Amino acid sequence: MSLYAVIFYLLALLILAATGLAVTRKNPVHAVVSLIFSFFGSAMLFFLLGAPFLAALEIIIYAGAIMILFLFVIMMLRVDVAEGTGFSLVRWMPSIVLGLLFLALSGLMVLKEPGSAALIKPAIASPREFGHFVFERYWLAVEIISLLLLLGLLAAILLGKGRGGTSTPKKKGGDET
Amino acid sequence: MIVPFNHVFMLAGAVFFLGLICIFTRRNLIMTLIGIEVMMNAAAIVFVASAVHWNRLEGQAFVLFIIGVAATEVAVGLALVVAAHRVTGSVDPDRYNFLKW
Repeated sequence: MSLYAVIFYLLALLILAATGLAVTRKNPVHAVVSLIFSFFGSAMLFFLLGAPFLAALEIIIYAGAIMILFLFVIMMLRVDVAEGTGFSLVRWMPSIVLGLLFLALSGLMVLKEPGSAALIKPAIASPREFGHFVFERYWLAVEIISLLLLLGLLAAILLGKGRGGTSTPKKKGGDET
Repeated sequence: MIVPFNHVFMLAGAVFFLGLICIFTRRNLIMTLIGIEVMMNAAAIVFVASAVHWNRLEGQAFVLFIIGVAATEVAVGLALVVAAHRVTGSVDPDRYNFLKW
């Protein structure tokens, strides 16, 4: 087992542990903080798989921007920590069955796919050639994504502003208490 | 890199499964959005691994677009959560059981 393989399995363990912690925490703030560790692990995995530019983007956008946005919203809303979960087998049965089915099917697909056990050759795409590639072949998709980001900005402003002229005094008072 | 290709797929599948569990079992809209983020991250891992396996840069290009879509989705989703919280005072989806705005 080479050093790369050791690093890969350690990273996989880190990502799985951090994500598992994130999805089981009761407090959303704890969940977000452990998810940041999971995204750091993913960024290191991207770096290992030869995508240094995407590793940087993962840290800047996912861990830096998106998770901090989550933190801001959680702090703004004052989310009640005690969510009424309560394990009831009847309610969870469909999701458990569907999840196991999905797991079995995807495991079969991955294992039976020819050539899937082939070892990955190390390769690296420098940010320069990645940028050339994206802007030569996929410039239209880049434009579409930028339009989508603009629409998301507009939607967030529109939704966050509330109902505009008509005020809802009762709810506003409820927010401040 | 001496890692079989399908081990990366298994890692991504496990991460995707964790996101699915998060969506199905948590009754908190913010945790649901976090689950969606985890699932998108799993998809990105698969794309990067495929890019290095077949030596094609398309996989990495699509991860760029996945990140853009995820950022938009989180911005709009969190704005929706804030708007819903303004109306009902809760982030529990079970409380959203009336049509009055």
